[in-house]
Amino acid sequence: MSLLQIKNLHANVEGKEILKGVDLEVKAGEVHAIMGPNGAGKSTLSAVLAGRERFEVTAGTVEFNGKELLALPAEERAREGIFLSFQYPVEIPGVSTVNFLKTAVNEIRKYRGQPPYPAGEFLKMIREKMELVGIDSKLLNRSLNEGFSGGEKKRNEIFQMAVLEPLLSILDETDSGLDIDALRTVARGVNQLKRPDNATIVITHYQRLLDYIVPDVVHVLYDGQIVKTAGKELVAELEQKGYDWIKNETKGK
Amino acid sequence: MALSDTINHDLRTLFHEGRKVLDEGGAGIVNAYREEAFAAFEKAGGIPCGTEEYRYTDLLPVFGREYAAVLKRETLRPSDLNDAFRCAARDLAAWTVLTLNGHGCENNAREDLPDGVIVCSLREAALQHGDLLAKHYNRYTFPGQKDSLVFLNTAFAQDGVFVYIPDGVVLERPLQLINFLRGERDLMTFQRNLIVVGKRAEARIVVCEHTLSDHYFLLNAVTELRLEEGAKTDYYQVQNQYLGTALINSLFVSQQRDSFFESNTATLYGGLIRNNQYVRLEGAGGTCNLYGVYILDKSQHADTCTYVEHAAPDCTSRQHFKGVLDDASIANFSGCVRVEPHAQRTESFQANNNLLLTDTARINSKPQLIIDADDVKCSHGATVGQMDEEALFYLRSRGIGETEARTMLMFGFAHDVIRRVKLEPLREEIDELIEKRLRGELSKCHNCIMQCKK
Repeated sequence: MSLLQIKNLHANVEGKEILKGVDLEVKAGEVHAIMGPNGAGKSTLSAVLAGRERFEVTAGTVEFNGKELLALPAEERAREGIFLSFQYPVEIPGVSTVNFLKTAVNEIRKYRGQPPYPAGEFLKMIREKMELVGIDSKLLNRSLNEGFSGGEKKRNEIFQMAVLEPLLSILDETDSGLDIDALRTVARGVNQLKRPDNATIVITHYQRLLDYIVPDVVHVLYDGQIVKTAGKELVAELEQKGYDWIKNETKGK
Repeated sequence: MALSDTINHDLRTLFHEGRKVLDEGGAGIVNAYREEAFAAFEKAGGIPCGTEEYRYTDLLPVFGREYAAVLKRETLRPSDLNDAFRCAARDLAAWTVLTLNGHGCENNAREDLPDGVIVCSLREAALQHGDLLAKHYNRYTFPGQKDSLVFLNTAFAQDGVFVYIPDGVVLERPLQLINFLRGERDLMTFQRNLIVVGKRAEARIVVCEHTLSDHYFLLNAVTELRLEEGAKTDYYQVQNQYLGTALINSLFVSQQRDSFFESNTATLYGGLIRNNQYVRLEGAGGTCNLYGVYILDKSQHADTCTYVEHAAPDCTSRQHFKGVLDDASIANFSGCVRVEPHAQRTESFQANNNLLLTDTARINSKPQLIIDADDVKCSHGATVGQMDEEALFYLRSRGIGETEARTMLMFGFAHDVIRRVKLEPLREEIDELIEKRLRGELSKCHNCIMQCKK
């Protein structure tokens, strides 16, 4: 069953068209990789899906889990099960990670008509998820992302993903700024969270992360459009040949 | 006659006609300074009106009201007030000292205080500890001579709280001063506190301001705090009154060698609140940290004016004040750091950050550095901004609704200052008050029985 269905998506930022007709279908249980050169529109696509208001959608539709996604504000998209792992997680002084998570979990539960998470069980659940992504429990009481190293911030994103249990996770350049150990930990977390009813979109420049999170489908986004879609073998081909051949192939069309 | 002339004329009449009652309410040295102080008040031109220090603070509406002046002391027992009020921060395990309309309550002194420690009303101190009072009373207010309201306080003050901690004594429990305002009609009151912390002595002092009836109040309070060599004091103020209250609150700190002073002021509710903090670092190696947060909405007005004088070498001062301003509220921050010529190796940092939630809220931020020494490290900065959109989106992208996300960000902004409160029960209580304050759920402490109508 199709979890996400993007049709002919166009989006502008400050009057400039960045997405020029994106079509993409993601089914439950799948891992998709979106690769492409700098400036192709990868981060714009993830921001538009997450509900960033500064991007203006000018045409197209996005259906998520049977709902028209573009009509929903960012918080409702999250409550419906969209999760964006930020390329640059924001530092929020004075708000502890644990309070932030508790608020997020309970707002999502409220939306789904569930009572707040019982306090004792919440901490137990949090500790289990922390182990999963290998982050230090000291981070819980620190201000969200404040003074975290690059690696800690990215792990914290995956930790949040583990806690919120989204249906669709979009990992925007999660590998940037990670050393190989952190990369492995992050990938292990993502793989363990994989279920038949959820899906993941991995946005990346490089093959590196895709050695650990193996995609079912690989897309190349170039100049605001998906110009190539293939299986995981495309990753190695791109790593070897770069993006130029795709650019040339596209121009030839 | 201009309104200011009328006010000054009325104060003059009040002073002269009420003189006998004032002297009955005060005692000893407290009365000795009256005449001179009132003369200085008049010489300065009466109440501040358009002076640089009060450029953005119009006192006329506050002073122009028809108050009954509280000159006659009321006899009051702590139990009278305990019925009306119970502090929510019960885990504080503090020694409490109560005042009503500027006057200390009877039986305030606690028997379980360590030997030599004196906690009593100022009037009692003037009668029983005249030598101590003569040595310290009104000795530390001179940095405030530009502010005529300090003279006005010295002219009219009769009572308040006196605390004396002998050399080497460490107060294990905090001392909580709870100042109440309560009246049958609108009141103008004065309060005078004196705190002396001896050599290497340590104290933690919590000052709470509360209003128990919904009249208009004008409280002019002056606190002098003397820290002897190596003394340590944490000083917390929680100002949670209501829109009909005006508080002019001046704190004078005199710091001797290697002493440590840290204050944290949470201004949560009040009509007009002015916090003047004058600190003089008079001995080498002193440290002074001034922190504070003000959260304003409606037409509230809060001023924070700090004057830190580095009068000795090797001292450090840090200041961080933050404000959240909603509706048509106004805040002023004026922070002056003065480094005298011989105060070498001074380190001084000052920051003032403000969050403006509407186009009609206003903040005037004026950091000033006057440096006459050459080997110093000083910095200051002020920011005025709106809500961080990136942060807001980040929270929303996790399912947190916009209103909740804004509240969290404001709370985080304020908590940045409150996290420095070292007394955990107090920190938790202030955090809770701030959170409720930001949600608009509460305008005063939980257990206050007063239902404000104004």
